[in-house]
Amino acid sequence: MKSVLYVEDLTVSFDGFLALHTLGLIVESHERIRLLIGPNGAGKTTLFDVLSGHVQPVNGRVLFKDDVSLLGRSPYGVAHLGVARKFQTPSVFPDHSVMENMVLAAGRKGLHSTLRSHGSRADHDRIAAVLEQVSLLQHASMSAGALSHGQKQWLEIAMLLVQDPTLLLLDEPVAGMSRVEKDRTAALIDDIVARSTCTIMLIEHDMEFVRQVAGRGHRVTVLHEGAVLSEGSLEHVQSDERVVKAYLGRGQLVEA
Amino acid sequence: MKLDRHVAALAVFGIVFVVVLPLANAAGLLSDYYLNLFGKYLSLAILALGMDLIWGYTGILSLGQAIFFGIGAYAIGMCMMLEGSGKGVYGEPVPDFMIWNQVYQLPLFWKPFKYFPLAVLGAVLLPALVAAAIGFLTFHRRVRGTYFAILTQAIAFAVWLLVNRNEMKLGGTNGLTDFKSLLGFSLGRPSTQRALYVVTAVVLLATLIICRWLVRSKAGLVLQAVRDNERRLEFLGYDVNVYKIFVFALSGALAGLAGLLYAPQVGIITPSQVGVLPSLEIVIWVAFGGKGTLWGALLGAVSINWLRSVLTGTYPRLWPIILGALFVGVIMLFPDGLMGLGARVRRFLGPVRMGGPEMAPQTPPSSSRPGEAGVLLEDRR
Repeated sequence: MKSVLYVEDLTVSFDGFLALHTLGLIVESHERIRLLIGPNGAGKTTLFDVLSGHVQPVNGRVLFKDDVSLLGRSPYGVAHLGVARKFQTPSVFPDHSVMENMVLAAGRKGLHSTLRSHGSRADHDRIAAVLEQVSLLQHASMSAGALSHGQKQWLEIAMLLVQDPTLLLLDEPVAGMSRVEKDRTAALIDDIVARSTCTIMLIEHDMEFVRQVAGRGHRVTVLHEGAVLSEGSLEHVQSDERVVKAYLGRGQLVEA
Repeated sequence: MKLDRHVAALAVFGIVFVVVLPLANAAGLLSDYYLNLFGKYLSLAILALGMDLIWGYTGILSLGQAIFFGIGAYAIGMCMMLEGSGKGVYGEPVPDFMIWNQVYQLPLFWKPFKYFPLAVLGAVLLPALVAAAIGFLTFHRRVRGTYFAILTQAIAFAVWLLVNRNEMKLGGTNGLTDFKSLLGFSLGRPSTQRALYVVTAVVLLATLIICRWLVRSKAGLVLQAVRDNERRLEFLGYDVNVYKIFVFALSGALAGLAGLLYAPQVGIITPSQVGVLPSLEIVIWVAFGGKGTLWGALLGAVSINWLRSVLTGTYPRLWPIILGALFVGVIMLFPDGLMGLGARVRRFLGPVRMGGPEMAPQTPPSSSRPGEAGVLLEDRR
């Protein structure tokens, strides 16, 4: 496997508005984290929507693990291939307990197998290990709706991890978090890199967090108006004239 | 501990309704009339359980459950009509009402129902198939929430119009009635009615056990997750439509089963039990008892139908108003129904003992979902 993700000429149109415009992107298989940044409306979330089967493009190719096309598949079909996605706002099942959320995320998803497994006992050991990783094990019986905002975000990440994904799409994992929670999330991401083999694609606006993560030598891709504007190390993209221009007036990237 | 409580409740229910009541009837302590009435309530409870699975647990409001009930009731009704035909005043091998309509040949679609096993099978499988077909056509087109409710209501109305027509050869507005016997047993005899009651109680008990097993399985978690966040479920890798079609078909089958048990005990099935209003009433039973709890559905069906029996005798005109008031009252005052009321009283009386995780202290005030206008339609994308 050369690339985890190969995106070519990707164009998404919403009633004529081009949310993505001939976007090309390659995430190599040895890469563990790829950061996606860019001003609002750059098409970052739309890219995730395409990768997770939520939106179909009008043109382009998206290959997963060199030769598996991600296009034309339903969200559940993409999930089965090993692409797991976290949404911008925490989306866990609030009326279910933390444990039940994990049971839903783990294991087999077909009706014939879920009918045969018990709702609170399936895949117990695997779930406990992942909950431990996101420090939610002691809250396993708590209702997910009662968790703090940060804990909900971690629970959602845990729900993805328990599926053993190949590609983990994280859309603004630290949005709305306190500084302490952000630091813990950065540590969690380091831990995921250390303990599993998945590649993480991460959208983030918080530049301090981006610096924290990208500082470990991961590549950064800057999107702008539906296309890739710049790519490379954080220092490289930060010193790129075009990037500075795109962010001009927004100030985030340069000054943060 | 929690398990024990539920098993105990099931055991008590089984002993009282399957054993004690029929024995009391046989010993002359309980009149045939009351036993028959209970049989009717218990068959309707099966209908309510199906409604609870699709609406209470999965959050899909179906306003067409009476269609499936009707299919079950008409299927067994046809079987009983055919058993009685030939013994009628005209002596023809077709039911009497057909002769009054100048139909002397048994319509083709009636023929399979001559055979009891086929009628029983049809009463359960046909509604399941119809529900699955409706589900397949609508869920794949992303029809949900209010639109699904309206659609099923429209279908219920259409079916009601159809069944009312004499051309359908289902007895028109008069429906099917004057059943004589079932499998050779005279329906007029108390022992036959007692046997029907026992069968109903046993089937209800089995339905309760199956439903409980379903809602506690991982599939049950999935159904409740459909209610809360269908999209997240899809991205977790679930083909949500399969689950929705499954639960809709299951609720249809249970409704058909209820109709199958209802018709021989009540002795009549008419279009008025198939249309829009009876479908709505099922919603009221479940809301009243407490949706999302199996015992609540059972309690709601039995208590409201018992109230109806009591009140329609004394105040027949007031009954629709009372029913409406009950519904509004439940939604405004205790949105979790009778079952929720019980939990509230327990909470009010203080922390006696923790019954299970749903009573655990860290549980928040259940995310303020019910109670507002959204109580019927949980359409959250």
